[in-house]
Amino acid sequence: MSVRNIGIVYRKELIDSLRDRRTVISMTVVPLLLMPLLAIGLGLFLLQVGHAMNEIPQIMILGGEDSPHVREELQKLKDVRVIPAKPDYAEEISNKEIRAAVEIPEGFEAKLASGESSTVKIYMYEGELKSSFGADRLQRFFRELRDRAVRERLEARQLPDSLVRPFDIVQKNVAPPEKVGGAILGGMVPYLVILLCLTGAMYPAMDLTAGEKERGTMETILCSPVSRTHLVLGKFLMVLTAAVATAILAIVSMAVSFGLGKKLLLGITHGAADAALQITITGKAMVSIFLVVLPLAVFFSAALLALALFAKSFKEAQSYISPLMIVVVLPAVASLLPGMELNFALALVPVVNTSLVSKEIITGTYHWNLIAVIFLSSSAYAAAALAIAVKLFQREDVLFRT
Amino acid sequence: MIEARHLVKRFQDRKRGAVYAVNDISFSCRPGEIYGLLGANGAGKTTTLRMLATILAPSEGTAIVAGYDVTKDPQFVRSSVGFLSTATALYGRLSAQEMVEYFGRLHGLDEPTLRRRIDEIFTRLEMNDFRDRRCDKLSTGMKQKVSIARTLVHDPSVMIFDEPTLGLDVMAARTISGFIRECRDRGKTVVFSTHVMSEVEKLCDHIGIIHDGKLLAEGTSPELRAQFGVQDLEDLFVKVVGA
Repeated sequence: MSVRNIGIVYRKELIDSLRDRRTVISMTVVPLLLMPLLAIGLGLFLLQVGHAMNEIPQIMILGGEDSPHVREELQKLKDVRVIPAKPDYAEEISNKEIRAAVEIPEGFEAKLASGESSTVKIYMYEGELKSSFGADRLQRFFRELRDRAVRERLEARQLPDSLVRPFDIVQKNVAPPEKVGGAILGGMVPYLVILLCLTGAMYPAMDLTAGEKERGTMETILCSPVSRTHLVLGKFLMVLTAAVATAILAIVSMAVSFGLGKKLLLGITHGAADAALQITITGKAMVSIFLVVLPLAVFFSAALLALALFAKSFKEAQSYISPLMIVVVLPAVASLLPGMELNFALALVPVVNTSLVSKEIITGTYHWNLIAVIFLSSSAYAAAALAIAVKLFQREDVLFRT
Repeated sequence: MIEARHLVKRFQDRKRGAVYAVNDISFSCRPGEIYGLLGANGAGKTTTLRMLATILAPSEGTAIVAGYDVTKDPQFVRSSVGFLSTATALYGRLSAQEMVEYFGRLHGLDEPTLRRRIDEIFTRLEMNDFRDRRCDKLSTGMKQKVSIARTLVHDPSVMIFDEPTLGLDVMAARTISGFIRECRDRGKTVVFSTHVMSEVEKLCDHIGIIHDGKLLAEGTSPELRAQFGVQDLEDLFVKVVGA
């Protein structure tokens, strides 16, 4: 094994690739642009939620002319605006002109006083955020009204409160804030890093194999004394450099984008969108993600190189590699699915394992034994892919396919 | 010195089964001599030369090139051979000098020797004006010179040219012809393939007529003319191939 020759090939491929605009764009511009855009997109979404929460919803009161006290109390509420009732309230809710409407049944107050049961109906737009805020406010009003009525009735009979409330239920979050945020956002991050790692390797892998065949330089290099093993290893190192550079850029760009974005947003929303933004990508997490992604990058680089080598032209290589995107994207999406948890069996599945473990790392969970299993299994796949690439480079029917 | 011994190259074709691109070819070429392989397209010229340059491995037989066996020591063979064809293109994003340097380093030249060789070759071929220009920005003639410099950087004792003038204009083709003659005059062993009769006539000391993977006739130009009783080389070629 001549390290010198591998080094010569690697150095040349590096210079050659860095002069190629397409390689540089796929390696740098995409991760540097994508992450800030994602952070901005998420920020805008959270701002929207913040606005929706701050909006005073317009509502209508239907009926209830014989219940003036309830109507008056509703009118007095500061966080809803009551507008005159119209018969087409349902349409107005659907058209988002008003957020919700409440129908007070006939003789509501009288029935309340006499202890007779009745039903208050709240009309809303299911799944529409602003409408649900309006409806929630109305619900809360009537729940309080009901509680007050219950208390008054108990007092009248000199019975304790605990009769209708034998115990209280309190739900408390014990997960640290970064884990709450991580669970929401954490899935996205490994998905993007893995995807960018693949796209970073893709272009040079095609350029250094099928591209060389197409441009006629393959025969030139094959008549030099460098052995085919050294040649493919030099090329592989270049593809790996591109994959790793893209992944590092993506991870750093992500950490910076989210760090800056969070500060800006918290400033604008005055902490309103706090919970979802509690994602802090620590240095330890960045390094750990990089370490688990590294063998995957080796795997991608070798596999792409082997695949692209089969092609006679750049176009043919693209048609082989494009479907591979889907093969990689689908398992990477696994980390986005709720309820997908890392276990030993999944730790052996390539891409899925890296995706899931990165998600855990972001939420601050480090299962070192599983991380070791993932590192080793990914390394094994990477070694196999590299061995195949080296083998293929020895085959004349692959190098000189006609 | 080149000595091809019963070279065979067999390909497996899904429809046609075993196909013989080269079928039992033997010939030899001494230092200071030009051996021309004359044949139509698809006759097996390129495959033969690729086997001599160890880009392809023979299915059977072997060849001794510059004292090394192509099947046993392909790397040493490549160190002693300069291979040039229209299929051996340049790396467009490297400069002329970087291109030649790259191959010099792969041939194991140390930096001082490499510097010296490059200065020498670039001056001899009048390439100093476009030393630092990227190969994809060069004219055809300049590209030819870079390719020549690339084959010469390690000072090989054997030169193999596969249809070196294919698709070139008159001036560029003349540069190549001149270069081939110069190689012979410097005592190198030269093999080249072509389907252009006039090139063979002008350049070759020995001619081998190849057809359908077989070497049908061999000898100097006067020997072949006497053997087949034809003066015109084109008529001679048709007679040999048609027989």
